[in-house]
Amino acid sequence: MGVPGKLISIFFALWIAAAPAFSWQSQPTQSLVAAPQSALQSSTPVPQQSVPTPAEPAPTPTLPPIPPKKTLAVVILDPAHGGPDRGARGAAGIAESDVVLSYARLVRISLEAQGLRVILARQTNDDPPFDDRSRLANAQRGGIFITLHVSSTGQPGTVRVYSLPHTTFSQDATLAPHARLLPWDRAQFDFVDQSRRLAELIQIQMAQRFRGSSETPFEAPVRQLRTVAAPAVAIEISSVSAPDRTPLDQMGPGLADGIARAVAAFRMIYESGGK
Amino acid sequence: MSKGLKTTIMILVAMVALGLVTLPGLRQAVQRLRSAPKTEEQARREVMQVPISTPTDVKVQAQMYWISAASPASLEPTTIQLPLSADPVERSKQLINALISRAPSPEKSTLPAEASLLAFYIQPDRTAIADFSDEIASAMPSGILSEQLAVQSITLTLGANLTGIRQLKILVHGQEAETLAGHLDLYGLFPVPSPPGVSPAASAPPSGQTAARPAPKTKTSH
Repeated sequence: MGVPGKLISIFFALWIAAAPAFSWQSQPTQSLVAAPQSALQSSTPVPQQSVPTPAEPAPTPTLPPIPPKKTLAVVILDPAHGGPDRGARGAAGIAESDVVLSYARLVRISLEAQGLRVILARQTNDDPPFDDRSRLANAQRGGIFITLHVSSTGQPGTVRVYSLPHTTFSQDATLAPHARLLPWDRAQFDFVDQSRRLAELIQIQMAQRFRGSSETPFEAPVRQLRTVAAPAVAIEISSVSAPDRTPLDQMGPGLADGIARAVAAFRMIYESGGK
Repeated sequence: MSKGLKTTIMILVAMVALGLVTLPGLRQAVQRLRSAPKTEEQARREVMQVPISTPTDVKVQAQMYWISAASPASLEPTTIQLPLSADPVERSKQLINALISRAPSPEKSTLPAEASLLAFYIQPDRTAIADFSDEIASAMPSGILSEQLAVQSITLTLGANLTGIRQLKILVHGQEAETLAGHLDLYGLFPVPSPPGVSPAASAPPSGQTAARPAPKTKTSH
């Protein structure tokens, strides 16, 4: 077969291959699989019903859409510091970044037992920036954020729970009272009250478990909390000044159980729409 | 003994003798270097360090806020006699320097002894700006509690001993820092409470909390 013969055969081959496609497009759309009756009904327009006539009764007013149920589904746990930033350091060599990572693993188990999904802001000895940790929470719907710390001061064996003070945003609120797009730097603005409530619930649990801990939570401008667009608290345990890690490690189970119970209580308030 | 070996021994003896002669001089040079300023930062601090008092200052009972001995998670006022200037800026510098250097004990100290105040300004809107050396961050005991107590001790001490400051901005070596020592947010302004008996127009929120950051200045077009 010469070259023209080859070209002619290629042309026919292409034509045969393309012909079914053209024929499908030219035919009315059909399905070889029968659609469910309901699906066919919903997809078929009914002009008589959609166009009201004067003889017909007035259309009933449409009800406002029911908002989706607010659920608390995920907890972002942030073991603070990490990597080259070891946080508070004790004379005995205890590093905050190590202790909070082990706490986070225990808290995760307790929270998952409550049916909650848990995301750790770091799982190894790395140091994500503040904004990366906040981003984990801000990408979730229905989440809360808990950052874990161990201090270098304070009465050993006690726990303090912090939320951001209202005054952090007081002037911002007057500048843009109705703005719905929150600047990243002030992401916590809408959540200060909920964060305070979460802090109260956790602090009560801590007071019951760790003698000397306050029964009321604290307010402090903690950097990590400011950029979180969700209820967010910082928990600080005292302290790395212990002669060895044993007392701090012994606090782990109580800490995890207390946080899980407080989050479970907060979940009920959160999902019922209360503050 | 060969001639070459003799020459080698002679050279070695000569070198040892030379070393013994120059040793005292070397020792003096090492001591001189040891006593010299260690870092550029320290040299700068010595030049810029404001004296605690000047002859025109008046000795007053200053109320200083350090960590409470009974409750290490809180501050308590302590009265000390301190020569203080009538000028608010000088007075503030003297108070902060005393806060750093005159704590009754290391346990009561809120600011690291290595830190120094590099500069202090008061703006017309009564916002004070305190610029600290790097040691305010690097030598600060890390933690939300300790950092909050550090800032509170400054604002409470300033508020107790002078009027004219409404809020405080903290800089570290001339720069805005994200945190004091990894926890406390330095983004905003810290309210300075008014002295007892003074009711300024700007009533400060409870101490230790940040006020809102000042709104950025906007350009007006004509």
